[in-house]
Amino acid sequence: MMAPLQMWLSGWLPEPLPLILIILIKIVAIVLPVLGCVAYLTFAERKIIGYIQMRIGPNRVGPRGWLQPIADALKLLAKEIILPTRASKILYLIGPIVTLGPALAAWAVIPFDDLRVLADINAGLLYILALTSLAVYGILIAGWSSNSKYAFLSCMRASAQTISYEIAMGFALVGVLVAAGSLNLREIVHAQQGGFLNWFWLPLLPLFVIYFISGVAETNRAPFDVAEGESEIVAGFHVEYSGMAFALFFLAEYANMILISTLTSIMFLGGWYSPFQGMGPLDEMTAWVPGMVWLILKTAFFLFLFLWFRATFPRYRYDQIMRLGWKIFIPITIVWILVIGGMVVFEIPPWFDA
Amino acid sequence: MTETGTMGLPYDLIIFYLFASIVVCASGMVIVARNPVHAVLFLVLTFFACAGLWILLEAEFLAITLVLVYVGAVMVLFLFVIMMLDINLAVMKEGFVRYLGIGTVIAVAMLGLMTAVLGPEHFGIDQVPAPARHGPDYSNTEALGRVLYTDYVYAFEIAAVILLVAIIAAILLGLRKPRNRKLQDAGTQAMVRKEDRLRIVKMDAEKGGHS
Repeated sequence: MMAPLQMWLSGWLPEPLPLILIILIKIVAIVLPVLGCVAYLTFAERKIIGYIQMRIGPNRVGPRGWLQPIADALKLLAKEIILPTRASKILYLIGPIVTLGPALAAWAVIPFDDLRVLADINAGLLYILALTSLAVYGILIAGWSSNSKYAFLSCMRASAQTISYEIAMGFALVGVLVAAGSLNLREIVHAQQGGFLNWFWLPLLPLFVIYFISGVAETNRAPFDVAEGESEIVAGFHVEYSGMAFALFFLAEYANMILISTLTSIMFLGGWYSPFQGMGPLDEMTAWVPGMVWLILKTAFFLFLFLWFRATFPRYRYDQIMRLGWKIFIPITIVWILVIGGMVVFEIPPWFDA
Repeated sequence: MTETGTMGLPYDLIIFYLFASIVVCASGMVIVARNPVHAVLFLVLTFFACAGLWILLEAEFLAITLVLVYVGAVMVLFLFVIMMLDINLAVMKEGFVRYLGIGTVIAVAMLGLMTAVLGPEHFGIDQVPAPARHGPDYSNTEALGRVLYTDYVYAFEIAAVILLVAIIAAILLGLRKPRNRKLQDAGTQAMVRKEDRLRIVKMDAEKGGHS
């Protein structure tokens, strides 16, 4: 689709510009849908949690409440951004930007199907891990520069929690790397070809569960949302923020949720592959479904889990969070990396006999 | 080595100078910044720009690991500690004039030493050849892994053992004996059942009028 456009552009533009323009168009084509998904994820969250708690949820703005996220965005845009006195002004304003930046930049290496990927780099998995580890800076900077003790307590909690769960997350990714034999996300999906049982969720089951739970902890979502425990520290690191600066934190949080869900689908649930691959009639009946639809369906499943967790579990106590991360997840991941190493060495079918 | 576009612009040189100037400015600010938290954040920026320079050298594994380990973990812990310190800048500046003389001597000695060791006769542009450019199939991660697990496997394993010893030592230093502390046993907490602590009392509904 992009090749004719590039041909046409290079007809009347000097050389580096067509390439840059094409890349910019691709970035917009990724970021806009992500932000749209973020807006409607907030709506879905309020509706789903509403129904789980036997309420209706937002239903006033537009038909059945469908315009609610737009109304929210307009309201936040129109609000004043308040700078607290004695706040570190520049850092206070950089905080939300630093939070949102990595959350969007990580989408550069996500393959939506075999051909649609912005940057097909060979160290994609490492890039993702590095960028998700940067998200904590926004929280740290925001919490410290607000000059508020609640915000400060929250950013301390957030940084300790993120670092702890990053280790388990990294080990889970090492397992994926060993199983797929590549750091490139497209290659990782290719390694899972061949239907539901060939995906990595089965041989990497403990790592799959640990990766997703660590992802919930990394995004500071319930039940790991001690960084914004309303009952203890008012609202957390964003307590002093208002208007669009406040909204940016939420954009980042939901963009990170979508990112973690997409990554889990790509690394453990076969990415864009159909679950019915190699199942005869079922495979033929669903052959018309584009790969991207499967990826979106898998992502939507994990996003629903995020909301379901929030409606179901009470918040973890802080020491329990640390115990779960350090004493349970990290040992399990280390043991399972050895198991996976053995499986790859002995070429256990049907995953590692290629 | 410089690739030039059709417009004649050496793109990698432009990117190099961009990142290099960020590195120089930010590392200068690390020393100059008054607030220690700002200094740490400038150090983070320095690391980040260094990673950009390493990517230009096609060392993407090292570059991303620099961001992952130093920026993502080590510096977060640094910030964690420094943000909790209650630093009184006035006290820190006390005795600046008193120690100025000896400070200058040490600084000049360090500068001389570094010039001698890192000077152009050892690390000049004519001493170190430009790294060869590789094709798009070249994987720095794979190349590094091959060298690390064959030629340098002993050095690698010795480093790993030293790190393990350091971890154990750090944990042991941080470990406090349970004095008179009431510790929770998470295992028994999780094993608890409703019958262990809850007694349901059946009572007849009381009859009679409202009190």
